[in-house]
Amino acid sequence: MSDSYPASEAEISARAKALESLLVEKGLIGTDAIDKAAGAYESDIGPMVGAKVVARAWSDPGFKEQLLEDASAACARLDVGGMQGEHMVAVENSEQVHNVVVCTLCSCYPWPVLGLPPNWYKYPQYRSRTVMEPRKVLKEEFGLDVDESVDIRVWDSSAEIRYLVLPERPEGTEGMSEEELASLVTRDSMIGVGKPRTPEG
Amino acid sequence: MVADMGGTAALPRRNGELVFEAPWESQAFGLAIALYERGYYDWEEFRGRLISEIGDWERAEEDEREVWDYYRRWLASFEALVKDRGLLSEQEIEERTSEFVSGARDDDHHH
Repeated sequence: MSDSYPASEAEISARAKALESLLVEKGLIGTDAIDKAAGAYESDIGPMVGAKVVARAWSDPGFKEQLLEDASAACARLDVGGMQGEHMVAVENSEQVHNVVVCTLCSCYPWPVLGLPPNWYKYPQYRSRTVMEPRKVLKEEFGLDVDESVDIRVWDSSAEIRYLVLPERPEGTEGMSEEELASLVTRDSMIGVGKPRTPEG
Repeated sequence: MVADMGGTAALPRRNGELVFEAPWESQAFGLAIALYERGYYDWEEFRGRLISEIGDWERAEEDEREVWDYYRRWLASFEALVKDRGLLSEQEIEERTSEFVSGARDDDHHH
């Protein structure tokens, strides 16, 4: 139905309103259901949750081991989970390997740890170009220069597996608390298109 | 985090980016979640539709398809699912949409 779907912004907006008002009228959803559902992802669920998971992995080797073994279970230990949080796999960056996540078919994305995907992630061009020339895309589009000596691995998220990048802990962070560490973790570093912040900023 | 952009028109931002770029996007998102939470379909069923909807867009000729818009594909998937389930009919959706477009019906819901 892609070809017949309303084209103008005014029409699509009216269509969304029509769907909501009909469903509410028929009692299929409550009047506040949408605000609740969307609101959760606008305020409570987002990359700050994933940042906590990463900070714990940096601080607690046992947790890190579990995260790399079964990310969904490890996250559940921190009470992190929910829709699209099943089958999460954490991939670890190192001096030899840099991981970056794309989705080949739809926007498969681990909502509980990263929230909803940023706009660029949902563009077909992001994934098609990243798969073909990851080093170039990271450098040109994201300003991330990955050294030639470092292997870049591109991971396709799918309904079966949703990837989360475990970035390298920045230098100079010895003795920082988990909370302080979490403040260094960015969303982009957990997708693999960026690095965590450094303590200097 | 909700950055204060001044006034009630402010939209929630995180990492300096909008989660939704227009009210209808959050409406489309919320609708699919709300009906799933009420048990009208499995989440995987909705996702499966979204995947094929996006696949259709990708396979269409470039000059014959509309500009890429993730939440349009999302809303189209949701609408198709709702119609298949017999929850709403094409006719009532069309009629209600026209009422909103023409202004015969007011936006009675705040987003």
